[in-house]
Amino acid sequence: MAEFEPTIIAFVCNWCTYTAADLAGTSRLSYPPNVRLIRMMCTGMVDPKYVIKALLEGADAVLISGCHPGDCHYINGNYKARRRVKLLKEILPRFGFDQSRLKLTWIGASEGVDFAATIRKTVDEVKALGPNQTRGKMVI
Amino acid sequence: MAKTAKIEVKEQGLIATMQGFCKTLLEKGGIDALLVAQHLPMKNVVMPTLVTDPTKLNGVDPLAPVFPINAAKVVSKLTRKPLAGKVAAVLRPCEIRAFIELVKLKQGSTEDVLLVGIDCLGAYSNVHYPRFAGQNGTEATLRFYQNIRAGKGTACQDFDLSPACKACEHPIPENADLLIGLVGVDINDQVLVQANSPAGEALLGAMGLMGTKEPPEGRKKAIATLVAERAAYRDQMYVETSEATADLEKLTAYLANCVNCYNCRVACPVCYCKECVFVTDVFDHEPSQYLRWAKRKGILKMPTDTVFYHITRLAHMSTACIGCGQCSNACPNNIPVMEIFRTIASYTQKAFDYEAGRSLEEEPPLSVFREKEFSELTGGKD
Repeated sequence: MAEFEPTIIAFVCNWCTYTAADLAGTSRLSYPPNVRLIRMMCTGMVDPKYVIKALLEGADAVLISGCHPGDCHYINGNYKARRRVKLLKEILPRFGFDQSRLKLTWIGASEGVDFAATIRKTVDEVKALGPNQTRGKMVI
Repeated sequence: MAKTAKIEVKEQGLIATMQGFCKTLLEKGGIDALLVAQHLPMKNVVMPTLVTDPTKLNGVDPLAPVFPINAAKVVSKLTRKPLAGKVAAVLRPCEIRAFIELVKLKQGSTEDVLLVGIDCLGAYSNVHYPRFAGQNGTEATLRFYQNIRAGKGTACQDFDLSPACKACEHPIPENADLLIGLVGVDINDQVLVQANSPAGEALLGAMGLMGTKEPPEGRKKAIATLVAERAAYRDQMYVETSEATADLEKLTAYLANCVNCYNCRVACPVCYCKECVFVTDVFDHEPSQYLRWAKRKGILKMPTDTVFYHITRLAHMSTACIGCGQCSNACPNNIPVMEIFRTIASYTQKAFDYEAGRSLEEEPPLSVFREKEFSELTGGKD
C-alpha cells in the first residue's frame, strides 16, 4: 500500500505567511505538496467554523499561520486568532480529534525558509499521526 | 453587608405570600412594571408577564417548577435600549446568569432593571410539567415544595426534574439586587428576603421590609448540601457525556436524531445573533454541490451539516453557556444537548479562567486578548 499522503488545509495571512510562501517559491525552496494554502487577509478572520468544516470534511490537519505577535497588519488579528485556536483545542480533542491536527504558527514575510521547514515538519507529524477519523466516512 | 428581612408565611400559604410580595413590590417599589412568571388565565401554562396593574397579579407563581423559556431573553428585549421606566424582574438564578452574559454581549443593560432572584429548587421540562401539575398550577407548586420539605424528593411518576436542574450548582441567585431565600428556611413559616446591593436595600426600605435579621441558622449548611448533591450529579454527567461523545463515531450517534430544526439555538438565552450563519445563504448550497458531496463518499446524509452545526455552536457559545438546559427542553427529538454543552463548556470556560454568568466585570473570553498568553500554542514562540 502506498504511503499515507495527508491533506493539510492552511489558512495563511496575506501579509506575512502567504508572502513567506511566495518567498519560499521564488527562493526555489521545496516542501511537500500536501498543503492547500488558503489566503486570508488576516488570521483574525479565520472563523472557528472554517477549521471545524475542514476537519469534518476529511482534512488531516489544519494550519493557521500569520504575522508574529505585534506585527499584525491589522494590529491585533493574530491575538484573536490565538484565542480561537485555544478554544478549538479545548473542543476538538473531546470528540477524538488529536489536538495536533490543529496548528498555529507565526511566520513573517521574510521567513521563507521557516515556511518550508514548517510545512515539512507538519507533514511528517501528520503522517506519523495517520489519517483523520473523518476520512472517507459519512459525517452527518 | 447584605441586609436581611423576612416575610411571614403562616396560614396564607407560600403562593399568597409571594403574590403579596409582588403586589407590594409593584405598588411601593418605585417601579413602572414587574416582570414575573404567572399561570396564564386561559390555560395552566407558566409564562413571564410584564405587569403594570397590581390587580393583574392573580396568577403570579414564580415558584412554579417550570420555565418554558429562559426569561433572560425577555429581559434583554426590555433593556437593549433605554426603557424610559424602571422594571423589576423576578428571575431564576440561571435566568440572571444568562442575563449577565447578555449584558456583557451588549444585548441588554442593568440600568433600568432591578433583579429579584429566587432560590431555585429546579424545574420540570415543558413536556413533564403539565403531567406534574395537572389543572391546578398553584396547588401543584405547593405540592412540589411540601414534597421537598417532607424529604419526598422531586420524582413524580416516571420522571424527575430536568437534568439541567439536577446538575445545576447555582441554586442560589448571584448578582440579584434582591434575593428571596427558600433553601434552609422553614417555608411554612417564613421566606427570607435579602438585599445584595444599594438598589436592593432601597427597595427593602420602600417596601417597609427593613429588618436586620440574620439568615436562619442552617441555611448555609442546607445550601452546601444542595450544591454538593448537584455537583455530584454534574460530575457524573460530565463523565458519562464525555464517554458518549469521545470520538466521531460516538458523537454522530449522539446527534443522530437531530433534524436541523435549530430549536436549541432559538431557545438558548445566550445565542444572541440576529441571524445565525446556519440559516443564511452561506448554507443555501447549490443543488449540484450536494451531488458532488454525495459522489465523494458515495453517500450523504440529508439535511447536511448536523455535526458541523453543533460543534460550531459549541465553539461560538460554550464560553457563555450558563447551563439552563433550555436547549434540551426545546429539542423535539430528545437529544441531550445541555449535557454536551455543559461538558464542553466546563473545558472551554476553564481554559480562559472564566465562568459564564459569574460577574459583569469578567470579559467574555473571545472578546478580548492579552499580548502575552497561550504561547504553548505556537511552541513557545511569541
